Amino acid sequence: MKQSKTTELLVGMFVAAGLAALFVLAMQVSNLSTLSQGNSYQLKARFDNIGGLKVRSPVTAGGVRVGRVAGIEYDDQRYQAVVTLLVEDKYDHFPDDTSASIFTAGLLGEQYISLDPGGSEEYLQDGSEIEITQSALVLEKLVSKFLFSKTSEGK
Amino acid sequence: MIAWIRRLGRTGIDFFEKLGRGSLFLAATLVGLPEVLRRPRLLVAQMLSVGVLSLLLIAISGLFVGMVLGLQGYNTLVDFDAEESLGVVVALSIVRELGPVVTALLFAGRAGSALTAEIGLMKATEQLSGMEMMAVDPVHRVIAPRFLAGFLSMPLLAAVFGAVGIYGGYFVGVGLLGVDEGSYWAQMQAKVDLYEDVMNGVIKSLVFGFVVTWIAVFEGYDTVPTSEGVSRATTRTVVHSAFAVLALDFVLTALMFGKD
Repeated sequence: MKQSKTTELLVGMFVAAGLAALFVLAMQVSNLSTLSQGNSYQLKARFDNIGGLKVRSPVTAGGVRVGRVAGIEYDDQRYQAVVTLLVEDKYDHFPDDTSASIFTAGLLGEQYISLDPGGSEEYLQDGSEIEITQSALVLEKLVSKFLFSKTSEGK
Repeated sequence: MIAWIRRLGRTGIDFFEKLGRGSLFLAATLVGLPEVLRRPRLLVAQMLSVGVLSLLLIAISGLFVGMVLGLQGYNTLVDFDAEESLGVVVALSIVRELGPVVTALLFAGRAGSALTAEIGLMKATEQLSGMEMMAVDPVHRVIAPRFLAGFLSMPLLAAVFGAVGIYGGYFVGVGLLGVDEGSYWAQMQAKVDLYEDVMNGVIKSLVFGFVVTWIAVFEGYDTVPTSEGVSRATTRTVVHSAFAVLALDFVLTALMFGKD
């Protein structure tokens, strides 16, 4: 069975085009380019309420993404949520009195953890825990607080 | 009444017989696959007719689907002042759902029906029996390379569909409607996950490629060897493939994205 070179060429181009398209999907469309290339270290933080925080949510410092949320668990001894953060190795100068807060990006946006560095000379190590945390704002709690303060004013 | 019940039973038995024949046929085809790898020329020839000749159709369809998504998504999102999310909407719809599904449906119509007709005609003109007379197993020689070609082509075609579609959405959204170019790509890259979204789309298209090609070659091989039989088999290929793809898509989506 003799096969012309054209057939082989066309099939080769087809396979190349398909693989190139997969490459575009991986590099241009998905988050591969923003995934951390290097290693990262773990931090833990306890929150009373994490709101809508999810695994893979971003961790930022000064608005710059420095890591992501690796795991969320509930500690039923202390009735708190334990969030594991993965922070990239190149950002290893967070003082140990750094505070972690859960904020919302935009009105309906997703929630993220913001790290605010403190002034301590000691730095956070792999596995250390962030002591100062601020929980997510839950809209219903906010509204009920507002209503209570209004009714108590009215008295 | 008795005749009616008899017919009902006949239909049921026919169905299970066909399912059994199809499964045995699939097993025989899979056994024949190593032989294809020893004769890559057979595979290359089939990749040409199954993959390359479907490429233009898939690419153009992808372009238009992406452009429509760009327009529709923009019109909805602009009410919420969220047109920057257009990239996410277009990319997720195409990568997760439309890419694999529309490609599989087009593939069934373009390549699947051609496979059925070709194999069916080979059977009607007794080429397959001729091969058996020469001690060449037609399942290994004819069916297996076509099956492998379809199975390999589908994810490549779906990837082309996806990439072209996302650029189609880009042309309409950024080029015509004035969505900011940076946020189109940046939001897309922030929200589309390589494993959750892109890889699951590839897995879907692999499954669809497997099922559509299986249906196509089996209907061809199982055809009643007359011109009417071939015509019916071709129709059945397209109909059954479409059903199988849509039903499997639901199952796969529930498995992949249903957990959270």
